[in-house]
Amino acid sequence: MTDETTNPIRDAIQTAIDDHEVILFMKGTPDAPACGFSARTVGALQALGAPFAAVDILPDPRIREELSAISEWPTIPQLFVNGKLVGGADIVAEMYETGELAQTLGVEAPEAPAEAPAAEAPGPAPMGIENRLN
Amino acid sequence: MPSAEELKQRIEDAIPGASAEVEDLTGGGDHFRAVVVSHTFAGHSRIEQHRMVYDVFGPEVGGPIHALSITTQTGREP
Repeated sequence: MTDETTNPIRDAIQTAIDDHEVILFMKGTPDAPACGFSARTVGALQALGAPFAAVDILPDPRIREELSAISEWPTIPQLFVNGKLVGGADIVAEMYETGELAQTLGVEAPEAPAEAPAAEAPGPAPMGIENRLN
Repeated sequence: MPSAEELKQRIEDAIPGASAEVEDLTGGGDHFRAVVVSHTFAGHSRIEQHRMVYDVFGPEVGGPIHALSITTQTGREP
């Protein structure tokens, strides 16, 4: 494949994906998510106690453009494990509920799996996301 | 501004055998939730299933459609 134009942003994103076992591209930061979908996904990862790297895509619109070009996935957040796209907020929530997320991350599933926050959120925050925000 | 009804129609027109329920989460015409049932999802990973739904709207997702929350189901087992 010929590489006609160098694309430092795309390369940096690809390197970040390759270098981190678990990496989340999100709006805002884990401590201050800037979007409910990103907050839910952070909540699921934190509930499992899984360490993860996080990249805020908001500072530069090109990050999101290049990320979506790499992943062929249009929305944020995007969770990658071992270099592969696992999913966005909906898939991560679904996998959290079924225990697949713990399996994918190689961590113990919680004894009594809490339900992932509903897509309709706000509402109650079973994972304490709201608490952390306050 | 897209409506929930319009999104439902477009999903059902584009994905063979699909039936969709689409909800406008905020009433603002930009945050939607779709539950899509289609036999064509069978044998595809969740990622692929969700991509099939996103593909109906192309660049509109992230544009006028700010958020599209998706649940896919393959339908009743025979």
